[in-house]
Amino acid sequence: MSLRADVQKPKRLEFVTLVAGEQNFCIEITQIREIRRWTPVTMLPHSPDHVLGVINLRGAVIPIIDLAAKLGFAQIAPTERHVIIIIAVEDRIIGLLVESVSEILGVDAENVRETPRGPEDVTTRVITGIIPLGDDMTKIISLPTLLTQPLQVAA
Amino acid sequence: MAADSTMRDVFFEECEDLIAALSDGLGAMRDGQTDDETVNAVFRAVHSVKGAAGAFALDDLVGFAHAFETVLDAVRSHRLPLEDRILHVLQRAGDVLADLIDAARDGSAVNQAQVDPVVDDLRSFLGDEPQPDENFIFDALTLSFDGPTDAALTHVITFRPSDAFYISGNDPFLVVQALQSLGQTRVSVDTSHAPTDITALDWRSGYFTWQIELDGPDNDISIREVFQFVDDLCDLTIRLKDAVSEQEPAVVENDDVQISDTFEQPSATALPDRNIKRPTSSLRVDPERVDRLINAVGELIINQSVISQRLMQANLPNNAELFADLDDYKLLAREIQEGVMAIRAQPVKPLFQRMLRIAREAADATGKLVDLITDGEATEVDKTVVERLADPLTHMIRNAIDHGIEQPERRAEVGKDPQGKLRLSARQRSGSIVIEIADDGAGLDRQRIKEIAIAKNLIPEDAQLTEAEIDHLLFAPGFSTAKAVTNLSGRGVGMDVVKTAIAALGGRVAISSVTGHGTTFSITLPLTLAVMDGMIINVGGQTMVVPISNIIETVRPKAVDISYMGLTSTLLRIRGDYVPIIDLSERMGQATTTRNMTDRVLLLIQTDTVAQCALAVDDIYDQRQVVVKSMQANYGDIAGISGATILGDGKIALIIDPDAVVQSNSNYPVTISTGKELAHVAAR
Repeated sequence: MSLRADVQKPKRLEFVTLVAGEQNFCIEITQIREIRRWTPVTMLPHSPDHVLGVINLRGAVIPIIDLAAKLGFAQIAPTERHVIIIIAVEDRIIGLLVESVSEILGVDAENVRETPRGPEDVTTRVITGIIPLGDDMTKIISLPTLLTQPLQVAA
Repeated sequence: MAADSTMRDVFFEECEDLIAALSDGLGAMRDGQTDDETVNAVFRAVHSVKGAAGAFALDDLVGFAHAFETVLDAVRSHRLPLEDRILHVLQRAGDVLADLIDAARDGSAVNQAQVDPVVDDLRSFLGDEPQPDENFIFDALTLSFDGPTDAALTHVITFRPSDAFYISGNDPFLVVQALQSLGQTRVSVDTSHAPTDITALDWRSGYFTWQIELDGPDNDISIREVFQFVDDLCDLTIRLKDAVSEQEPAVVENDDVQISDTFEQPSATALPDRNIKRPTSSLRVDPERVDRLINAVGELIINQSVISQRLMQANLPNNAELFADLDDYKLLAREIQEGVMAIRAQPVKPLFQRMLRIAREAADATGKLVDLITDGEATEVDKTVVERLADPLTHMIRNAIDHGIEQPERRAEVGKDPQGKLRLSARQRSGSIVIEIADDGAGLDRQRIKEIAIAKNLIPEDAQLTEAEIDHLLFAPGFSTAKAVTNLSGRGVGMDVVKTAIAALGGRVAISSVTGHGTTFSITLPLTLAVMDGMIINVGGQTMVVPISNIIETVRPKAVDISYMGLTSTLLRIRGDYVPIIDLSERMGQATTTRNMTDRVLLLIQTDTVAQCALAVDDIYDQRQVVVKSMQANYGDIAGISGATILGDGKIALIIDPDAVVQSNSNYPVTISTGKELAHVAAR
């Protein structure tokens, strides 16, 4: 019976869609711990532009990264309307500052398209696939790739 | 299966304790303390390892422990004189036993080449002596009733329970009963010490001395086991009955023991016995649980300061009582914290014991005579520190023996004792632990160090270095003074790795060396990794923390105390000395502020690379304990920052690493005298 269910039900993936640098992106939901409003950060010395500082998340010190700046867009000027997505990747817990979070998107694995390969830049390197959404589309961010470089190294 | 693996874990944990007891005993024996009790303690440790290893079918271990035990038994019964060669072999046997246990635990292969010679050495002491039969205990039961004629197999046990024996609820009857189970007994009791006046009788006093003749066991192992839990509560002698000359005192012979009920206590249970037997009873806890507790307590401390701060701001009327309660709360929280931290604290003794072995092996390999003296073994340090110090210490001990201490002939030439002295000491000094490794060797050859550094392009040829700067070159990556790469040290990674490992623990290494008289390395470590006394400061509007341990004093400078040197350098005059001022806000990447220091506060600090320097900050808020949070895992290293803490208002404050701040000061003398390359080296 379980076998039949497997055959008939293609693998279902869930993503949280967000906006950074006025573009659509999404992150797989299993990598997200929580989503919270922007709160002021403690700045770090000698940090690159995309590192905003650290916040206190229930006793843990979490670095906050401006996703737009990390992807090469203009830096976000954070206000209370901005959102921090707390992600957990490979034992690291990090907050991503984004412009907004829109919805939870459920898609079948077969609907995820491969990233069309054109000229490479900071953004295309971290995109593992795209999902068509009617007239629009959204891009899946690979967090491990995004965070492979040590954060404190200036981009 | 799971149960079995837990049992194994317990076994290996116990082995650690046993090995510790073993090296303790062997150490005492080496120091000339060769009384029976010491030898017995060593014997018991090896015997326990053997017994438990047998239960897990660890045959290598059992075999080796057996040979070891047999020699110890011979020493114990004075059949083998305790001379230097035996002591040396016993030491090595102890090392091999530890190796075998490690190998069994990790399932790794045993280096047979190391084991065999020791086994051969052990056997050589036994000569043609018959090996005791493994099943001696059961053989005993088959002996006939007229055993006493078989003189070699009769033990005479004299057993005089002390007062404490009775007070702790033990019963001599049970002891005798246990002996009876080992073989035929003849029990006599000496009542001559009992008072004849009934009013003088104290039921808790040990008036009686029993003498038990026991036919049976080939040796006294099983007898000792009977007394295992009471042997510190009674006077006990066990000897073999000498059939020829034995002159028995008047003995009441009886096969069945009759013991007066007068002394019968409520039945002795195993539990109180054990408590008495092991005054240092310990509890094994999963370290992760302790860490969780430490984290929770850290949160409690933060929460406590949040609440205090809120209540202060609330301006409540009639608050005297409230604040008294708050103070209690604070004290309690601190107390809990200290208690929890103490769980993680461990004495450095096991670490030092390992070093004894390292020193022995290093001395053997180099043909040098070295006496390692340890001091302050009871000093307690955080468990992590103890664990992570093993590698750096090993390296430093080897280096000291390989490079520091001279060959015996050379030492004799310069009029020193041919045996070199290496002192490994630990002590607590105001919030830090200081571990020193001091040799009485030749001292650092600074000329050679400099030549090598130049040859390896670590410094420019024309560099003018102070002695301290030259000494510090030892820590430069890729530096090695050994003429040839030896087995022991000299791969040129040593001191660099040592420094990094110690820095990772929040510690520092300093060198001092006197030519011809030796070199001292001192490692300064924080008492615990989790809590620190810090001064809360304001740096350009940001709240930060400076470790109190680095601060000598705070100064509000007057205009006359400030002098300028060139375009960027500012000096503070303090008690006739001039020390450089480092602007912390500039160092933290904030905009350069005015060089006028009169509205700033200066923290006079001391680090191990720099004698003194002053950090300019905008204000000092407070001085308090802070819970150190690492940023390593989620973020990585930040220059000049050692970690972060959470303040009473829930905000994060970064903790300054004064060493790094000072060393990255490109204006500091290192650069002025020698150019950029050395500044780079020194910063490593």
